[in-house]
Amino acid sequence: MWSYEKRLQYPINIKEPNAKLAQFIISQYGGPDGELGASMRYLSQRYTIPYREIASLLTDIGTEELGHFEMVGAIVHQLTRDLSMEEIEKSGFGPYYIDHTLALWPQAAGGVPFNACQFQSKGDIITDLHEDMAAEQKARSTYDNILRTAWDNPDVYDAIKFLRAREIIHYQRFGEALRLAQEKLDAKNFYQFNPEFDRCKS
Amino acid sequence: MMQCKNDRERMLCDISKVSFAVVDLTLYLDTHSCDSQAQDYFNHYVRLLNQMKREYAMKYGPLNLSTADGYSSEWKWANMPLPWEGVC
Repeated sequence: MWSYEKRLQYPINIKEPNAKLAQFIISQYGGPDGELGASMRYLSQRYTIPYREIASLLTDIGTEELGHFEMVGAIVHQLTRDLSMEEIEKSGFGPYYIDHTLALWPQAAGGVPFNACQFQSKGDIITDLHEDMAAEQKARSTYDNILRTAWDNPDVYDAIKFLRAREIIHYQRFGEALRLAQEKLDAKNFYQFNPEFDRCKS
Repeated sequence: MMQCKNDRERMLCDISKVSFAVVDLTLYLDTHSCDSQAQDYFNHYVRLLNQMKREYAMKYGPLNLSTADGYSSEWKWANMPLPWEGVC
């Protein structure tokens, strides 16, 4: 189960609305490499993981991703909450506004809605940990792209830099988890046996 | 960029920093369970964090339900500032 804490993992205080930036950053709310997908990926994969420390890592990183989902939501909210009707129409935020007013809804920057096909839960620890490492790098690239558009907004830049740094740490931890998993398997052939499905003889 | 304007924000910033150490150490310990030095760091920061959250709850209201007990007859939890409001 989870318990909620009424604070962000890292403080966010954005003074000026900016609808253009909000439209880019919402991709990390519900886009293909976003925080919602990240969280659902790890929290779904963990049930069949046969090694407790790796299932724990997936739980702990999946939980931190929920905190990042909330941080991205807070950024988009603060970038849009004081928008004028004129800014909404001029910035290209109009189509989103028509469907959601100023509420948060998980979608990619291009408007594609969140979809469970944005992540995989394969039931094979080698496959899933490779997916997790790739996912962290894809999210890091997306934050790099966002940073290139937000250089003149220090409040946004600072929070995105924090989120980007966490992708690198998670990538490192998943790499270690992969090594731990491989150490428990046949060193000559990791693919011979799927510990999430095939039964151990001894 | 943590700019803390008053005592409440300063306390919350300190909680964020210590809590970050705990989160990061948790992930590290998940894959390095035999690192006793990291375990010592974790023990230190998690104790500090619990104490800081309790002090915050006494002064400004609870950040979580486990510190929402007993300091006043008023139910403060529901009216605590929401994280996305943009105060520290």
